[in-house]
Formats: sequence, structure tokens, C-alpha cells
Amino acid sequence: MIAVALWSVAALLALAPAGVVLSTRPRGSTILYGGCLIATSTLCVTALSDLLYFPHLTPTATLPIGLPWLGAHFRLDALSAFFLVVVNLGGAAASLFALGYGQHEDSPGRVLPFYPAYLAGMNVVVLANDAFSFLVAWEFMSVTSWAMVVSHHREDGNVRAGYVYLLMASFGTLALLLAFGLLASGAGYDFDAIRASHPSAALTGMVVILTLLGAGSKAGLVPLHAWLPLAHPAAPSHVSGLMSGVMTKVAVYGFVRIVFDLLPEPVWWWSIVVLLVGGPTATLGVLYALMQRDIKRVLAYSTIENIGIIFTGLGLALAFKAQGLDWVAALAFTAALLHVFNHALFKSLLFFGAGAVLEVTGERDMEKLGGLIHRMPKTAFAVLVGCVAISALPPFNGFVSEWLTFQAILLSPQLPNWGLKLIIPAVGGLLALAAAFAAACFVKLYGISFLGRPRSDVAASAHETDRFSLSAMFALAALCLVAGILPGLFIDALAPVSKAMVGNVMPHQTGLEWMTIVPIAESRSSYNGLLVFLFAALSGMAASSAIHRLASDRLRRAPAWDCGYPDPNPAIQYSASSFSQPIRRVFGSVIFAAHEIGEMPQPLSPAPARLTVDMRDLIWDALYAPIAKVIGVATERINMLQFLTIRRYLTLVFAALIVLLLVVAL
Amino acid sequence: MSSLQFDIAHLLAGSLVLASFMMLYQDRLYALLNVYALHAGVLALSVAWQAYVQHAPHLYVTALIALVFKAIIIPVALHRIIKRLGIHREIENVIGIGLTMMAGIGLVALSMVVMLRVTPGADALAREDLAFALSVVLLGLLIMVTRRNAVSQVVGFMSLENGLVLAATGAKGMPLVVEISVAFSVLIAFIVIGIFLFRIRERFDSVDVQALDRFRGERR
Repeated sequence: MIAVALWSVAALLALAPAGVVLSTRPRGSTILYGGCLIATSTLCVTALSDLLYFPHLTPTATLPIGLPWLGAHFRLDALSAFFLVVVNLGGAAASLFALGYGQHEDSPGRVLPFYPAYLAGMNVVVLANDAFSFLVAWEFMSVTSWAMVVSHHREDGNVRAGYVYLLMASFGTLALLLAFGLLASGAGYDFDAIRASHPSAALTGMVVILTLLGAGSKAGLVPLHAWLPLAHPAAPSHVSGLMSGVMTKVAVYGFVRIVFDLLPEPVWWWSIVVLLVGGPTATLGVLYALMQRDIKRVLAYSTIENIGIIFTGLGLALAFKAQGLDWVAALAFTAALLHVFNHALFKSLLFFGAGAVLEVTGERDMEKLGGLIHRMPKTAFAVLVGCVAISALPPFNGFVSEWLTFQAILLSPQLPNWGLKLIIPAVGGLLALAAAFAAACFVKLYGISFLGRPRSDVAASAHETDRFSLSAMFALAALCLVAGILPGLFIDALAPVSKAMVGNVMPHQTGLEWMTIVPIAESRSSYNGLLVFLFAALSGMAASSAIHRLASDRLRRAPAWDCGYPDPNPAIQYSASSFSQPIRRVFGSVIFAAHEIGEMPQPLSPAPARLTVDMRDLIWDALYAPIAKVIGVATERINMLQFLTIRRYLTLVFAALIVLLLVVAL
Repeated sequence: MSSLQFDIAHLLAGSLVLASFMMLYQDRLYALLNVYALHAGVLALSVAWQAYVQHAPHLYVTALIALVFKAIIIPVALHRIIKRLGIHREIENVIGIGLTMMAGIGLVALSMVVMLRVTPGADALAREDLAFALSVVLLGLLIMVTRRNAVSQVVGFMSLENGLVLAATGAKGMPLVVEISVAFSVLIAFIVIGIFLFRIRERFDSVDVQALDRFRGERR
């Protein structure tokens, strides 16, 4: 099993230098993405069969690379297998999409060599069984993705995005390095040795905080999210899909691996930290998303929201586990992992949709799109499925995982700890708010981009995208539906992971009649995606056939928005900014310090009236700007050292020597 | 080791420190060079005494190198350089003599404290020798820091190196190859700095290193 996985990773690594050669050939990108598709599919099937049929085997392998006295250790347990499935499902879908999308890349030499290396890096992170291999692969993944973020370096803002990304990635790796350093102090870098060691309570607490900083900065937890909405949209769309859908999940894997697996039994205050970060991340992420006009930025901010939901689930699992309620912890943990899987599916799908729109129109600004449902109906359908799924509407998969998270939240009164009892419902409120905003956000994204009339010439002359891209999107959309109507299969597949990490499993789901899922007990709550789907489909068909039978079937086009005066200008339609204006007025003045500046010209003046909205990112202003300023001032001061006279340098050396001698002497 | 042998070693090493102090307050270049020659001569004597005490004949070679190169050839060469550069009348002092001497005394005290603290296990001769050697090194650095003229900075550097040789010979069992390589590296440094001096002189009509700073457009 693990041999197949490692050989596939080696194949991906071998494809990376081949990409340099292939990028100059006319069919090069097809060969490369085809190779990636084969390798990731192999890995996905291997990991899936491992998870489904041999979840209790944990094959290991040691390669004589890396640190000379350590070697590189790899291990394929249930958790690794699950995340391998997520990584490679996303990787395979992105490769399939790129078979079509990648043809239009104007500088393939900047993407092709890094793409397989990036996939390999993510796989090695998930497979690694010692801290050294883990960190090297983690950094490898960061650097290769950075290279693709700056691949279109001439576009506005991409270089800055790459710079911020690189800084934050270094910060995250530093935090993880310190965490592993603390863990390794008593045991060494091998994960097996760390598992067997018994670190002190103070040390484990610091490791949890450092891991939250390190993995959280990669996953995009507020307030460490600043790089994410800059970097994810800047990459080519299939890479954006991978970064948002998959790489953030690798960060979640890092958190789960350290906090749930390597550390001993959790303490209740860990969960408070995680919950207090997770809940606000969800709400703030989606509020940011609502304020954007750029499709890919909306999707990137929505990733932050979903990471918040996942971390809330993990925090709940920690809370219940620490208080001895294993069976609820299993529910929360399974919900979080299911959301990891679901988000990988629909976020990749939506980024591919955005990529298809970008490819045919060259436009990411929603205010310039519109009416695409007539010009690219198949893409529009796939994106609609993604939007419904991410808005957590039944019968799609997003609903199942969020519903399970809420089931765990509703069990919080059983906790003996009063702090948790009070905090968890508040976090639940934040999640509910986030879910509502997410629905509004995706109504806006879909409504403004795909419905209505085209707002620009490029949108009016758009056409359907190629069949590879479409097949990737439809495959993901179908998986979204399957995971939504048959969630029991997925919950049962996650049982070994939950067993290994929190020590308990959710009740067995398959075999219940009509594929119902019952997270706790039949008397309490149950959900049947299949019946909801059948009902929705049947009632929808019945309603549409009734309308077609009873109403006139003559196609009739009438002027829209004909209120008072028929204006042919499509700019008079509802716009993205106007859609989000009510929410901006309610929340924006506090969270974004938003205020509207109206310029009304004097009577008889021919100047146009203007309304501009000024919004600030308060987290950036409060956290990042001061740090940048301090570093700037400090470097300016230190820079003077570079231009001293020879005698002053000698004096400095002399003074340093004297100080050191004084230290020795006293 | 008899106490007389110890006393003489002590005396010679102490004289080296004294010679360093003398260099600190020389404000004419020729006088500085003469004191440097004295410094190197005392070093040669001290090394020769160590060779006699430790029964290490190879140290006589070191002493001879010190005497020939450092006490004769280098001072003579520097004399000629100064004459050719026409700077034998220059007087320079950055900090007042009193202050410099006070700093020098402080440095000697510091090196005594450091060495006596970190080498309690070593034998007495080596301890004293190392303490004096560190004083000479620090005083050499102080000379370099308080001078502006490139020639006197070179002399400061050479006296610092004398301190290193003293330390190397004080510790028993130091192989000759180390000393030769140290001496050789100093010779190379001397040649490089000598050439450098003429280049500076050619370009700026002065060997005052402030000319370099002015050239770089920096404020002092």
C-alpha cells in the first residue's frame, strides 16, 4: 500500500523536472497534466482502498534520505489515508480540469514544473511520520505554491500577494518548527517516539498554541488570514482550486496530527482557544466575502469561513473529549472531517467555474459579468450545484456536515464545565450567522455573474468552455450530490479515523432504512438526504410540468426593470455592491469602518453625482500595519550600520569583544 | 619549575605589556615604529625563554622569526614606507593620552580577571602567560581603534599578533606549524596592507583613513 503511494509521489516528483522540458513543447501541458492525473488517481484509489478495507493496518516505510541519523519515515494510517483521499481527489480533479484549462496558459514554463512538485509536497506532508520530513515537505509545498502564485507576476498586485504569502508561510513554518522542537525535546523527531513520550502540561499547552499559529496561518484562521485572499486568487485557477480546496486541508491535517495524535489527552482550555478562533473566523470570513466584487476573492474569503467551521468542529471535539464525552467528540470530529471532504469538493468546483469564466471572458469582476447562464449553460449548471452545496442547502453535501456540527453544538448543555457551556452556544450562533451570510454571498455570486443581462461586451460574447474542464466540474458536482444524499457511507468510512483520534465512533449509519442518518438517537434527530432529494426533484418536476401544461408555452421576452422608463443600459441592473449594501450598512460600519461618501453636484452643474464607499480592513490596520511599521523603522535604524567608517567598525568589534569578555569575567 | 624561571618568564611577558602601553601614547610615527621594534624584541626574548624552560627547541625558531621579521625587517620596511609617503612629521591622536592609558589599564585588569577565572586547572606559567597575552591583544586592538593613520593601524595590528604568538608559545605542545602559519599570515597581511597604503596614497594624497570615509560621502 504505502509502496504504491510512495512510488506515485516519486512519479510526481519526476514529472517536475520533466515539466521544464514539456513547457516548451506544443502538447507538453497535456502530457504533464495527464501524468499528474494518473499519479493522483492512483494515490486516491490506493488511499481509498486503504481507508475502506484495511483501516486497522498502519504500514510504515523508512527511506535513507533526510537527516542522516533519522532517515525519512512514512506511515499510512487511517487519518493519513483520509487526507490522501482529499488531497488526491482534489489533485485529480484539478489535473483533469487543467487538461483543458492549461492549454490557454501564456507562460506554461512558470506553472508546469511546479504543479507536480506541489502535489508531491502535499502528499508527503500527509504521509510523513517524522518532524523533519513533515516540515521539509510543508515548506516545499509552500514554496512551490508561491512560485505559481507569482507565475502571472505582471498582473497588478500579484507580486505583493506572493510577498505577503511567503512571509506568512515562513511565520507558520517557524511556529510549527518551534512546536516540534518542544515536542522533540524529550523524544526526538520521530512521530512514534513523540507519541510514546509524556510531555509536561505547560509544554503541551505551548505546543497547542504554536500549532494553532502554524497550521492556522496556512489554513487562513482570522487574524492570520491576510495572505489568503491575496494569494489564492492570484494563482492560475486550477492551482487556486488546489490551494483553497486542498492545501488548507493539509494545514487542518497538520493541526489534527499534532493536537489529536501526537499530544496526550486534551485539556479543556485548548478547546476554548480553538473555538474562540474558529467561530469568529467563520463569520468574519463570509462577511469579507460578501463585500467583494472579484469572483475569485469571494471564493478565497469563503474558504476562510469554511476553515472556521472546520476548526469549530475540531474545537468541539477537543471540548467533549476533554470532558469525557467521547461519543459526542466522535460526532464533532466526524463532522469536521466530513466538512474537510465536502469543502474540498465544492470549493475546487467553484474555483474551476471561476476559472472557466475567467478563461472565456478574461474578467473576474462580477460587475462586468452577467447573463452567462445563456452563453455557458453547462458551466452555469455545475457552478449552481457548487453554490447550493456551499450554501449548506439540502440535499447537497454542505448541509450534512454543517448539520452534524450543529448536532454536536446542541449537546453542549451536557458538558460539566460552565465556561464551555456558555461559549459553545455563542459559537453556534456565530456559525448560524455565517451559514446565512454564506447563502447570501453565493446568491450574489451566482445571481450577478450568471443571471441578468451581460454588463460588458466580453460577457455578451462568452461561449461554453472545453470538455475536459466541464467533465472535471461535473464529476465534482456529482460527488457533491452523492455525498449529500448518501452521507451514511461517508460517515461510516470515517469511523476508523475517529476511532484512532478521539477513541470513539459515531453510530453505524449504513443499513438504516431509506439511507437515513441518525447521529445520536432516532428520537433526537435524523436526516434523510435521499428523501429530501427525491421530494425536491419530484415536486420540482411536478411544478414545472404543471406550469408548462397550464400556462402558455410561447416564449415571451419583455423588457426587464421597465419601471418608469425603459433604459437599455445593463448597468441599471442590480449590481454586486447594491446586493450587499444592506448587510454592509448593518455590519460594515463596525467591522470594516465602512462609510459612504456622497458627492452631489450643485444645481445646474453638469458634473455627475458620485457615491463611493470607503472600507478598511481593521485587522490589517491593527495587527499587520504596526508590525510592518516597526520592522520598517528598525531596519532603517540598523541600515546605518552598513555605512560606518573603518574605525567605527573596529570600535564595534572591540566593544563586542569587551562585552563578551565581561560576560565571561562576571 | 624553579621560581627563578617563573619569575623571568613573568618579567618578560610583563615587559611585553609595558611595551604595548608605551605604544599607546606614541604620537609620532617613527617613535611608534621604534617602540614596535622593541615590542617584537621583547617577544623574541620571551619566546626564547619559553623554549629554554619548556625544552622545546622548535620555539627557538619562532623566536628567531620574531626577531628577524618583526623586530628588524618590518620596522625597517615601514620606516622606508613612511619616508616615501612623506608622513614622518604627522602627529595624530584621536582620544587624549590620559584617557587611552586609563582604558588600557582597564583592559589589562579585565584580561587578568577573565583568564584567572577560566583557567583554574592550567599550570601557573601558562595562566600568567595567557593573561598577559590577552592584555597585549586587547591593547593592540585599542591602538587600532584610537589611531587614524593607516600605518599606525598596521602597527597596532602587528602588536596584536605579537600577543597571539605569546599565547601560542605559552601553552605547551603547540606545534611549530601553527606558529609558522600565523607568522606567514601576518606577513601576507603586511604586504597586502602595504600595497593598499600606496594605493590609498596615490588616490587621496594621504594615508589618513578619513579620506576614504570622505570619499564614500559619509559623515564622521
